[in-house]
Amino acid sequence: MSDITQKSLTEIVRLIKKKEIKSLEITESFVKNINNGKKLNSFITNCTEDALNKAKKFDKSPNLETLLPGIPIAVKDLFCTQNVKTTAGSKMLENFVPNYESTITSNLWNEGAFLLGKLNCDEYAMGSSNETSYFGNVINPIAENTVPGGSSGGSASALAANLTPTTIGTDTGGSIRQPASFTGTVGLKPTYGLCSRWGIVAFASSLDQAGPMTKTVEDCSLMLEAMASFDIKDSTSINKKKEKYSKNLTDNIKGLRIGIPKEYRIDGMSKEVDELWKNGKKLLKDSGAEIVDISLPNTKYALPAYYIVAPAEASSNLARYDGVKYGFRSTKDNNLTEMYEHTRAEGFGDEVKRRILIGTYVLSSGYYDAYYLKAQKVRQLIKNDFDQSFKKVDAILTPSTPTSAFKIGEKKDDPISMYLNDIFTVPVNLAGIPAISLPAGTDSNNYPLGLQLIGRPLDEQKLLNIAYAIEKKVNFTQSLNKWWEK
Amino acid sequence: MSIDKDTVKHISKLARISLDDKKIDSLTKDLSLIFKFIEQLNELNTDKVEPLSSILNEPFRSRKDEINDGKIREKILENSPQKSEEFFVVPKVIE
Repeated sequence: MSDITQKSLTEIVRLIKKKEIKSLEITESFVKNINNGKKLNSFITNCTEDALNKAKKFDKSPNLETLLPGIPIAVKDLFCTQNVKTTAGSKMLENFVPNYESTITSNLWNEGAFLLGKLNCDEYAMGSSNETSYFGNVINPIAENTVPGGSSGGSASALAANLTPTTIGTDTGGSIRQPASFTGTVGLKPTYGLCSRWGIVAFASSLDQAGPMTKTVEDCSLMLEAMASFDIKDSTSINKKKEKYSKNLTDNIKGLRIGIPKEYRIDGMSKEVDELWKNGKKLLKDSGAEIVDISLPNTKYALPAYYIVAPAEASSNLARYDGVKYGFRSTKDNNLTEMYEHTRAEGFGDEVKRRILIGTYVLSSGYYDAYYLKAQKVRQLIKNDFDQSFKKVDAILTPSTPTSAFKIGEKKDDPISMYLNDIFTVPVNLAGIPAISLPAGTDSNNYPLGLQLIGRPLDEQKLLNIAYAIEKKVNFTQSLNKWWEK
Repeated sequence: MSIDKDTVKHISKLARISLDDKKIDSLTKDLSLIFKFIEQLNELNTDKVEPLSSILNEPFRSRKDEINDGKIREKILENSPQKSEEFFVVPKVIE
């Protein structure tokens, strides 16, 4: 059989259901790629031995009635996995072994999948290039000197290099969609509340949302179906019936109205990204959709508002890392306060400290109204913009990122220019609505570029359908020279 | 507004993160740039806007407050950097 690791998840599931391949063969193929792919630094913890045992066990009495029968999956190291180290990319949690399993990973295992490993990410998911991880940079398989994006950089890199058939990430301001765009893969940020947050290391609780990262839109629909569930353990989980996204997937999008927001045409946007966007419009028109010009007037305020809301929530969530119950603890502990101060100074990296300090400042006495309350009001305006637009259109088309993957080190010392990467993705998190990024072209370096589709709350099916229609017309393929195996 | 060194020292104290002088300098610079960026929001008049604190239409659910310790005390303690019998150990707080 041709290389199984290059196939889509949907195709692998089909082969296993037809009994044309065993779980062990699949798992062995991915394990081989993982062993050859160390230069990418996409894995923090390797579970290959355990995975091979699980594959053998599956093959003995295969249950083929599930969505992901016998499929090995590596996941972002932000999802707690029972008895398997969960680090969040931080020294603080270098030796943390959870006693429980996150709801999302439980859902995957209940559908027949098993754990292949834990994937590198920016520390506590704070970053857009995977350069803030305590466990080192992740490299983008498209070129040896490029970042994979972040924070789900390890997930995107491992997926694009065929080290895992599919993966999951989390998206607080673009952490699924931006790395998907940088690596030529598909990434979906679901509606806030569709996927349970229980057992995910918290960053900014009103924005965090888990979602699938896959090679194709069809795979994305299958994974979302497996992941989404109502969860009593997440107080913001939405109680709704499960949907059959993969069964209902169609590229018939005739008559749908797609909005093009003029505010996303930012100063200095490259010609290539502009062309990509124009081409997306054309493909949608060719598919029978109607293109409508719209306005989201408060777009430019989304990023500044995000850099109040997200750090504020982070400073509060990360207060729990005090060196007492779990995690790293400094040996400089003359008294309790000093122990806290040194534990947090030595355990957190620079970007995490920066954000905790921003958050502490905006929530501190006397500044709450000027910053946090102001940001919540701006958040309302951004949500209103989307609400108004969705009276006129079914979905919105934008580029996923202002540029393609950049060089390692290029933006590391300039926080603002790093933050600007998420300019097209952040508004979606503030409004709690779903969005998908899919590869739709390349730039002059042959680096992938993504298009983003934004939808109404809980309208994931329509987003997947529109993405499916674009995907069929774009026919994006990427041939990587596997430099990391040399 | 620009952030000065004393402010950085003050908030690092609140956040319980010890910083040396070099770190204070670099964070003062970074935070000043970031707050200059954030303060674009002041261009917007939001006097009549209600703050958005939750994007969900329904109120948060709460569960019953019942003891459910899972009977895994030993396992929980295994993750502690310093423990003694069934206790977490911290530096002495009373003389």
